[in-house]
Amino acid sequence: MAVATWLWFLKMKSNNMPDQFYIQDWIRIKNGRIFTGEKLIFESTEKNLTCFLKACYDFLDIKYPKFHKMDGLSKLGILASEPIFNKYELTKETALVFSNNASSLETDLQFQKTTNTFSSPSLFIYTLPNIVLGEISIKYKLQSENAFFISECFQADLLKDYTESLLNLGKAPDVLCGWLDLQNGEYDVFLCLVSKEKNILFSEENLKNLYYAENEKPTH
Amino acid sequence: MKLYLLDDAIISPLGFSSEDNLKAIRKGKSGLKIQQRPEIFKNCFYAGIIDELLLNKAFSKIAVNGNFTKLEKMILLAVHQVLDKNKNLDLTGTALIIATTKGNINLLKESSGFSENRLKLGDLGKLVSDFFGFTQTPIIISNACISGGLGLVVARRLGISKKIKNAIVVGADLVSDFVITGFNSLQALSSQACKPFSKNRDGISLGEAAAAVLVSMEKPQKSENISLIGEASTNDANHISGPSRSGEGLYKSIQKGLKEASISADKIDFLSAHGTATVYNDEMESMAFYRSGLQETPLHSLKAYYGHTLGASALLECIITKHSMLNSELLLSKNFEELGVSKPINVIRENQKKIINYALKTASGFGGCNLALVFKNEKQ
Repeated sequence: MAVATWLWFLKMKSNNMPDQFYIQDWIRIKNGRIFTGEKLIFESTEKNLTCFLKACYDFLDIKYPKFHKMDGLSKLGILASEPIFNKYELTKETALVFSNNASSLETDLQFQKTTNTFSSPSLFIYTLPNIVLGEISIKYKLQSENAFFISECFQADLLKDYTESLLNLGKAPDVLCGWLDLQNGEYDVFLCLVSKEKNILFSEENLKNLYYAENEKPTH
Repeated sequence: MKLYLLDDAIISPLGFSSEDNLKAIRKGKSGLKIQQRPEIFKNCFYAGIIDELLLNKAFSKIAVNGNFTKLEKMILLAVHQVLDKNKNLDLTGTALIIATTKGNINLLKESSGFSENRLKLGDLGKLVSDFFGFTQTPIIISNACISGGLGLVVARRLGISKKIKNAIVVGADLVSDFVITGFNSLQALSSQACKPFSKNRDGISLGEAAAAVLVSMEKPQKSENISLIGEASTNDANHISGPSRSGEGLYKSIQKGLKEASISADKIDFLSAHGTATVYNDEMESMAFYRSGLQETPLHSLKAYYGHTLGASALLECIITKHSMLNSELLLSKNFEELGVSKPINVIRENQKKIINYALKTASGFGGCNLALVFKNEKQ
C-alpha cells in the first residue's frame, strides 16, 4: 500500500532528528468511517447524524450517560478522543488544541429555532465551540491548556506552531490537536496526539498529508 | 520572555478610544443602561450597548457604513485606531489575532441583507484582514469568555517561538438577542446593573465592545512599558456551565502564571478580576484568590462599567490594567457594596494613586476554562 510505505518512510526519516515532536497517533472520523492511524476500525452507512454518532458510541463501548445530553460537536469530540485515551496513559496536563470552520453553528441554529418558544439553557451552553474541550477535560480528567481556533480550512501551520509552542514552553507534556468540524450534518474530524514519542515527524506537511489522506486532495 | 503591549483602542458605550474610556471610568460613569426587548424578554434588564448613530458617525470617517455589520464596524474602528498610530508598521510581518465568542451572530435571526457567510468567523477574519491588508492568515480564537485574554497569550507563545514578531490582537462581541435569550434561559441576567462581589449580586449585565492592542516581542523605545511576563490557562474539568467551587482551574492558572513570571503572589500590586457578578463566579474567584494568597491585593471588576463583553472582556480589561499601571492608579470596583463572597478579598472602593509594578488579570468562562496573565511595569 502506498500510504503504508510512505508512513514507514516518514518513521525512518524522523529517527535521526533530535529534540523533535512526533505524531504519536491519530484519529479520523469522516464519511461514516473511523480510522485510528491508518487502520479502518468502524464503518457505517447510517446517514442520520444522531444515529451515526450513537452507532460509533456503541462500537467504541463508551458507557458514559452524559454523552447523550451533548450536542453533535461534543459527541464527535468524545468519540474521537476515546480511542486515544484508551490506548495511552496520558497525564492530566495533556493539552487540547482544536480548530474548525463552523464554530458551533450547527447548535447555534438549533438554539435560534427554540428562541421562538422555549429557549433551552442546556442547548445554549453548547453554542460555544470550546465546550467540547470542557467535555473532553471532564471525561478524561484533564486539567490542562485548551484553545479553540476557527479557520476557513484546515490550518496546519497554526496547529503546528501553537502546539509546538505549548510543548517547547513546558505548558504541556503532550497535546491532542486537530480539526473537529460539523455543519449541515456533515462531520470532519482529524485529531492527533503529539508528543516526544518517536513516530511520524510533527510537521506541517505531515499534518496536511494525514488530514487529506482519507479525504479528497486539497483543491486550493 | 516578554510580550510588550503597545498602542491600544477601546470601542464601547463609554467612548471610542482608550483615553475616553479611562476618563469615563475615572468619573465613575457606566455604559450600562436599562433596556427593553419585549419580543424576547418580558422584564427590563441592564446592558451596555453601543449607540449605532454614534458608531456610524465615527465609522463613516474610515469606510461606508452600509457595507459592514455593527460588530465589523466596531472591530475595524478599533484596529484602524491602533494602526493609525503606527503608520510605519509592516503589516506583512504582523499577525492579526481576532477573539470573539459569537461574531456576527445577530445575522442568524435577521440577515439585514448580508450574505449568510458573514456569520462564519473565518469570513469575519478575512474581512478584517483584507480591509487593512494583513498578509498572514488571521488567527481566530473562540474560547468562551477568556477569548480576548487568550489572544494575548497566543501572541506571546507564538512570539517566543519566533513565529511572529508583532500582532494586532482584537477582541469583540455584541449584545445580541441570541445571547440575551441564552443568558436569560440560564437565569443568569441581573434585573439591576450588575454588582460584582457584592452580597446582593444576582447575575450578570451584558455589554458590547471591541478592544484592540498592538503587541510586540521587541522592546519599544519608551521609558515606561507594560509587558506580559507570565501566563497560563487551565481547565477545571468540573462542569461545562459552572465554575469549580474551589476555583481549582483558576488557582492552577494563577500558580503557573506566577511561576512563569518568577514572582510570588505578594509582589502583585493590583488584580483585575473577572467578577461577572453571578453568585457562583465571584464566589469561585474569591476561593482561588484566597488560596493564592491574594486576599490583601487590591482588586476590581470592570463589569459594572461595561457589562460582560464576553470575548472582548479579558482583552478590554487587560488594556485598562495596562493604563492603570502606566498611570499608577487603582480604579474603583463600581457597584460594590457589602462583600458577598465567603473568603476575604480587597475590593477597591475609591480611585487612588498607587505604583503598580506587577498586575494580575484573570478570566474564566463556560467550558471550564480559566486564564491568568501577569503584567510587569518596566521603567527605565
